[in-house]
Amino acid sequence: MLDLRKPAGYFFLLLGLILCAAGLAFDFKAPLLDRNLNLEFGIFSVLFGGVFLWLARRA
Amino acid sequence: MALHFVDYLVLVLYFGFVLGIGWFLRKHVRTSSEFLTSAHSLPLWITSLAFLAANMGALEMIGMCGSGAKYGMLTSHFYWVGAIPAMLFVGVFMMPFYYGSKARSVPEYLKLRFDEKTRGFNAITFAVMTIFSSGISMYALGILLQAIFGWSFTFSVLMSAGIVLAYTYLGGLSSAIYNEVLQFFLIVTGFAPLAILSVQKAGGWQGIEARLSPQMTQTWRHLSNPADNPMGVEVFGLIMGLGFVLSFGYWCTNYLVVQRAMAARSMTDARNTPIVGAFPKMLIPFVVIVPGVAAAALATMGAGYSIPLKNGGPDYDKVLFSLMEQFYPSGMLGVGLTALVASFMSGMAGNVTAFNTVWTYDIYQSYIRKNAPDSHYLWMGRMATIFGTAMSIGAAYLATQFNNMMDFLQLIFGFVNAPLFATFLLGMFWKRATGNGAFSGLVSGTAAAALTYSLTLAEGKGGWLGVLHEFPSSMAQNFWVAINAWTVCFLVTIVVSLLGKPRPEEELVGLVYGVTKHEAETAVWYKRPAMLALLAAILCLALNLVYF
Repeated sequence: MLDLRKPAGYFFLLLGLILCAAGLAFDFKAPLLDRNLNLEFGIFSVLFGGVFLWLARRA
Repeated sequence: MALHFVDYLVLVLYFGFVLGIGWFLRKHVRTSSEFLTSAHSLPLWITSLAFLAANMGALEMIGMCGSGAKYGMLTSHFYWVGAIPAMLFVGVFMMPFYYGSKARSVPEYLKLRFDEKTRGFNAITFAVMTIFSSGISMYALGILLQAIFGWSFTFSVLMSAGIVLAYTYLGGLSSAIYNEVLQFFLIVTGFAPLAILSVQKAGGWQGIEARLSPQMTQTWRHLSNPADNPMGVEVFGLIMGLGFVLSFGYWCTNYLVVQRAMAARSMTDARNTPIVGAFPKMLIPFVVIVPGVAAAALATMGAGYSIPLKNGGPDYDKVLFSLMEQFYPSGMLGVGLTALVASFMSGMAGNVTAFNTVWTYDIYQSYIRKNAPDSHYLWMGRMATIFGTAMSIGAAYLATQFNNMMDFLQLIFGFVNAPLFATFLLGMFWKRATGNGAFSGLVSGTAAAALTYSLTLAEGKGGWLGVLHEFPSSMAQNFWVAINAWTVCFLVTIVVSLLGKPRPEEELVGLVYGVTKHEAETAVWYKRPAMLALLAAILCLALNLVYF
């Protein structure tokens, strides 16, 4: 059976890379936001996906 | 909402992964059991998160955030009172009978414990409910995609139904469950930043407390009088109506969630599924309700945020969207919206997979074609997935014709689930309960619910036959409809059972407490259901005390 940690890991890894790229390449703003949320969440998502992949690799 | 290419990219990425999971799992489906029940093969962490995610529809996300802004932390009772105790109960006490009886579904357990007519009644009402429920989810998703992306209602409904159909048709229950877990992580990570940012902007929890009335930030202190809290409920109605009848009726008897636990690979895992799920469940209010409470505080600050309006009054259903617009830039906006789409899909897929199992095993195999080869039931399970989805699309279009469809559905849930819990309680814990007692209890309990609703009024709803009592809120009315339905079913089942002849005890082994010997739990002490349930209960109690 499929180890869900692999697709989940790749999903969050790719999502994180997209958001990091968006955070670095564009100056997207929101009315009540005063930080680069795309970059911050992107890094978190890359790490989150990485943890999934690491757990899948260990199993 | 103005969307950027990046937002669409996030959505496409998500669609690609859910379809990919279904495609990968298709080769693992060779029997009807693998397609409809996952053949008891899934690990605990998957089943416990799916147990949660199947219940986390987008209507709940949007509604709970709006309720947070309207009722404050009182809304957390839907989790800390209205979910956790029931989840622990089903894991510790009821799952041994669901899983141990080898029943493939909740209606099938009713057949084993009582008789064919009780199973048939439950199977048919459940199948109808799941179709309407799935259709309403689809309708709401269609409206959402229409509003956000500008797609037509028909395209939105057909596209979302097509994706759910594709991955459930290919991989069956396993595919739905795997995707529900991915959806769970996306929902939590997509909404958690909103909670953090909105609370920070409102000056932290202390800032929120300073700006709102205590009724909005405390959970128990204002429940002695219905007029003293924004929900219009009192302690007895809350604990008995929400905390006992409605909550236990949903979490302990609704096959939509119980099916996830029954897919676990061992008895211990099946019992631990709702218990382990209770730990993240008790933290969900911080992700979905707290942003709503923060929105109410932000609206008093003059910081550039106000609660959206509709016809001159607050439109609480739009609070979540308004917060995302204010705090999420393009990119994260795509994540938030994709999380909403994911929650719609998990709710829809949950209903479709529960429907195809109940249809195939409890209706088709029982009443239409018995003793066919397993390959035929696998085929029928796939066909049920297709026509279940098609009927859901029909229900979605039906919903566009009625502005009170959602209220109607909520009412039906109360009519069906509340008496059903009385039936299960007596069926599992009282060996004297009979099939005739259970059936007459179910029918009379449902009738009592209809009668209560018809003779009471709340916010202009009910009172079809007259008005004997007026409730301060629809919520209070729903609680009392459920309490009466449960009580009547409970009493009628007892009386009719005592008048009839009970089944021999040897036929009830594995189905009823007291006549079933339980095998000693072999898991290490910290993995045992009772120990985990005790820990979850202590944590839940602590949360109630912190926000007392």
